[in-house]
Amino acid sequence: MTRFLVKRIGMMIVTLFLIALLTFVLMHAVPGGPFTSDKQVSKAVMDALNEKYKLNDPLWKQFLDYMRGLVRFDLGPSFKYQGKTVNDFISNGLPYSAKLGAITLVFVLCASIPMGIISALRNGKWQDMLVMALATVGVTIPSFVIATGLIYFFSFKLGWTPVYGVDKWQGYILPVIAMGGYSVSFLARLMRSSLLDVMGQDYIRTARAKGISETRVILKHALRNALIPVITVLGPTVANLLTGSFVIEKIFAIPGMGGYFVNSVTQRDYTTIMGMTVFYAAFLIAMVFIVDLFYCLIDPRIKYD
Amino acid sequence: MVMEPILEVRDLHTSFLTSNGEVQAVRGVSFDVEKGKTLGIVGESGSGKSVTSLSILQLLGVTGKVTAGSIRLGGEELTTKSRKEMRAIRGERIAMIFQDPMTSLNPLIPLGDQVGEMLWEHHRKMSKEERREKVLELFRMVRIPEPEKRMKSYPHEFSGGMRQRVMIAMALACRPDLLIADEPTTALDVSIQDQILKLMRSLQKEMGMSIMFITHDLGVVAELCDRVAVMYGGLIMEEADIIDIFQRPMHPYTLGLMASIPDMNQDKGKLLQPIPGSPPDMIHPPKGCPFAPRCPYAMRICTEEMPPCVATGETRRSMCWLLDPEAPAEGNPLKQRKEGIA
Repeated sequence: MTRFLVKRIGMMIVTLFLIALLTFVLMHAVPGGPFTSDKQVSKAVMDALNEKYKLNDPLWKQFLDYMRGLVRFDLGPSFKYQGKTVNDFISNGLPYSAKLGAITLVFVLCASIPMGIISALRNGKWQDMLVMALATVGVTIPSFVIATGLIYFFSFKLGWTPVYGVDKWQGYILPVIAMGGYSVSFLARLMRSSLLDVMGQDYIRTARAKGISETRVILKHALRNALIPVITVLGPTVANLLTGSFVIEKIFAIPGMGGYFVNSVTQRDYTTIMGMTVFYAAFLIAMVFIVDLFYCLIDPRIKYD
Repeated sequence: MVMEPILEVRDLHTSFLTSNGEVQAVRGVSFDVEKGKTLGIVGESGSGKSVTSLSILQLLGVTGKVTAGSIRLGGEELTTKSRKEMRAIRGERIAMIFQDPMTSLNPLIPLGDQVGEMLWEHHRKMSKEERREKVLELFRMVRIPEPEKRMKSYPHEFSGGMRQRVMIAMALACRPDLLIADEPTTALDVSIQDQILKLMRSLQKEMGMSIMFITHDLGVVAELCDRVAVMYGGLIMEEADIIDIFQRPMHPYTLGLMASIPDMNQDKGKLLQPIPGSPPDMIHPPKGCPFAPRCPYAMRICTEEMPPCVATGETRRSMCWLLDPEAPAEGNPLKQRKEGIA
């Protein structure tokens, strides 16, 4: 186990390094820079700015400087907002994104898994058709369309929820549904097909031949086996939800991380692009790692050594 | 001595509803399993032998249904039982072991717990400690080495033969009256097959249970069974005591099955004779004898009318037009034999 952990963490660091390198190279490969703008700036000012932010250094040196900061968890100053650091952006935005994400995650799990189970157990009946119809809608319609529709009905027509903001708890309802819609649909489908597959397995027939109740067959023998594929996709889903969705945050005016990320790209704010990308990547890698550890607990066939 | 049957099946019909139509998997099957004896049910894939066994336990799934007939266990009718009543019978009075031990055990549950669940279901009063002891005893009974340690193992840590032993331990946990074994050795190596058959035979002696043994392997039947029913196209073609059937098969299909078994003493130049053709389509079963299209002795009447089931001895019966008094004696394998021996 220790060997596995050391190896795995080593691989995570290498992955993260490669992501940082790739982002850095791509970012600099695009013409222009953080101080390119419509307004003409004198050459002297431009040189001074480039000098200040060390943009005149050779690229490899800039990258090394960045990595030096990264290992100390210092993501550097923003090139665009005076006196702000990328760490500030993350610590400002993350609580909003993470809170919305956590609520969405709970909603996704509480909705998708029971939906998938009902659908599988009522295979071909109206319950199944209803769930699958909802799931198809959820997967195919983009979240901003769902969000707009929800705002139109629940905020504008019925007035039950605020149009934007999360000052009141009701403010979370619509963004959670709009953001979780896709994941709910996707996981419900996965849960359904996985459970249907498991219910056709020989060991389920063995369990039934023992004379145990159908409820016990499902709870004790089928569900745990059926959850394995669902847990596989849960890692990326958790990371996705917790780091926020730019679109949803924009529509509902939630000051999360997504806004900073998109602004940084349009403004060529080098350090912020790097910082956000690396942070998101690290989060994703960590979640996948946690899911892999969970596997061990649920499936005795998986041994890490 | 008149034997008392533990299981009486009469005119059993089982169908599956599929999108292509009704598959008539079993079309009127009758047989008895006597107390402490072993009945072999032999036939190729699709002959309806597994469906017959699943019908007895009502484990046909959502699409399958017993459409007619009667199944009596110790005189008690099973086909009219409620789901809950059926559950009390499964495992407790009729237990079943399946073909593939690699997939028949839950991969996520320790083997001791899977065996223990059988006891938990049917003996709720048993304490946890008693149950553990009993599982240990069962593991020893099926000769699993180091049972204390092996109880905590998972299926993937066991070989096929060992898993089948666990299946047997599970099936016998409640000392059932009848054990249905659906091709329990088919997925195993030949040497392991032999061990499992010997184990089953010794356990049968010890516990006095009846066995319904489903297989396509006549060799296994010869080793284990007292009586044999040969199934084809959802019907029992011939049923007889083991010695009788091997000495004097009374149906062309049985003859064909025997000709397709390799024999150690046979001339190496002589080829095995497979039965040409394939089993009938059970959505539109033939109105005559289902074996007629593949039967080398088929007559015109065979494809037109179902042959009657006739007694071919005191304890045997067969379903074939060749046995009809009006059937020609010339080139008739059943009549020649009968007269030759008589």
